[in-house]
Amino acid sequence: MIYSLCLLLILVGLYGVVASRQTVKIVISLVIMQHGVHLLLLLIGYRDGGSPPIVDPGQAVTTFAGLSVDPLPQALVLTSIVIGLGVLALMVALCVRLYERYGTFDVTEIRRLRG
Amino acid sequence: MFDVDTRVLIPLFVALPLAVALLIQLVARDRPVLSGWLTNVTMLGLVVMSCFTIGSSGLYHLGGWPTPVGIDLRLDSLATLLLLAISIVGLAVGLYSVDYMRRYSAGSHFYSLFLLMVTGMVGVVLAGDLFNLYVFLEVAVVASYSLVAFGCSHEELEASFKYIVLGSLSSALILIGVALVYGITGTLNMAHMSARIAETGMNAPLSLAFGLFICGFSFKAALVPFHAWLPDAHPSAPAPVSAMLSGVLIKAIGIYVLARLAFNVFGAGDSELSLLRWLGVLSMIVGGLLAAGQSDIKRLFAYSSISQVGFIILGLGLGTPLGLVGALYHLVNHAMFKSLLFLNAGAVEYATGTRNLYRLGGLNRALPVTGATSLVGSMSIAGIPPFNGFWSKLIIIIACVEAGFYSFAAAAVVISIVTLAYQLKVQRMAFFASLPASLRDLRREPRLMSLAMILLAAGCIALSFLVLSGLRDPWLIGAAQETLSAGPF
Repeated sequence: MIYSLCLLLILVGLYGVVASRQTVKIVISLVIMQHGVHLLLLLIGYRDGGSPPIVDPGQAVTTFAGLSVDPLPQALVLTSIVIGLGVLALMVALCVRLYERYGTFDVTEIRRLRG
Repeated sequence: MFDVDTRVLIPLFVALPLAVALLIQLVARDRPVLSGWLTNVTMLGLVVMSCFTIGSSGLYHLGGWPTPVGIDLRLDSLATLLLLAISIVGLAVGLYSVDYMRRYSAGSHFYSLFLLMVTGMVGVVLAGDLFNLYVFLEVAVVASYSLVAFGCSHEELEASFKYIVLGSLSSALILIGVALVYGITGTLNMAHMSARIAETGMNAPLSLAFGLFICGFSFKAALVPFHAWLPDAHPSAPAPVSAMLSGVLIKAIGIYVLARLAFNVFGAGDSELSLLRWLGVLSMIVGGLLAAGQSDIKRLFAYSSISQVGFIILGLGLGTPLGLVGALYHLVNHAMFKSLLFLNAGAVEYATGTRNLYRLGGLNRALPVTGATSLVGSMSIAGIPPFNGFWSKLIIIIACVEAGFYSFAAAAVVISIVTLAYQLKVQRMAFFASLPASLRDLRREPRLMSLAMILLAAGCIALSFLVLSGLRDPWLIGAAQETLSAGPF
């Protein structure tokens, strides 16, 4: 169920990228899609009723591993969010520069390259 | 080859360009010439280091953590082949940039981004686990997005936006693939993953993950249904960047990873390989035909890249040892001659200010080095017998026939002829013919640019000797065998 919501989020983002005409909207759709992927990654490590992945002092590692959620996907998502932030900054900068050059955010008017 | 501990070298491959990229920003921010030389010294260091790694393999645990916990960097002969291609092309491009990038402001930023891109590519080639591969891939592509937009003109910004949107989409697909594979196998380490997959065999979720990887990395390698960004992004970038993008980036982060995943991780069967074959043939044909109709010299070369990448993927998709040898051979060959041709195109643009073939002509007299080296590049890519491109295409075609794909072999032959046709078009219209009146007094190409082009042309000629058995065995056959041997690579 919750996996299909992830898929829905990814597809909403994908639809936005394909269907919108404004550069800024395309950027926002890409971010939505990215976060859909992040949620999927988190869900893969999730366990119903699991404890946070922090080892208490004196707790055996095996019992800990039996109780907690998988911490690895959380680390991956953190990394991926940072990467996403870098790409987002670059995309927004490109949108601003494109607006300076072409005077529009409309991708159908930003088309000097063809062939 | 030499007695050097490769475990010392492996992390240096990633650390050296990364450190110099930061160093340039710290000490040489306003001194583009100094940063240019720092870059060249670094690239020379990488060339020497990759020469030291020939014939050796190794495993490095980052931070000393053992394999299931820590992050691995792995070196094998396939990685060595790619490292050599990256560092040699990178050195030539670095030398070329010293003169070429003078007309741009913020030169030191260019060198930092360039080194970051090299870091990313080297990291992808050495990464031993799938998520770090993804991280290094993003380092490389983010650097390349900004390098494509480096001049900030209309076309560059537009191309870079297209590239960044499609690039982010494909990265998202790849990340979903990583998530799925982690969910199924419970590991990110590629060697462990391949062992688990070998136990369970391919099931439906794994096939989905593999499909997502194929889509994602086909975007990065610009195979035909996913190629739309390349003919805009590669020609719009400054010439040294186009050479780097077309020469090695699409191979290191596209083809290399596809080969690694298909053979080493997923142990792809015939149905998966047939997908690669069809993608390859499609790119080969569509790229070749579109290239023939172009009048912009760099755009023509960009379409030609799509077509040549098709040859490589076709060779990989055959899945036979001979096909792989041909594919890997064509991969290093294409790295040499396509970066050479893009540097030639850059030299033409540097001297004349135009890339339109219809406004050029007779440049052989005005730009002798560019003319001569571009002839070597054109003949190599078109597959004229003594040059390297002939041997690699011949091996791929023979491998097609041997595997029983006669129609693919015929298509490869026809597209080789089309390649010859459009390369002759470039030669005739730009370098032979008579010099138009508007181009009477041209500057000669600067020395370092000539040196870079001569270096790559010499590389093309040197690679044609790789078919000799003494050289072939340790380089190509070794890499191909290591690729084919599934399991912990």
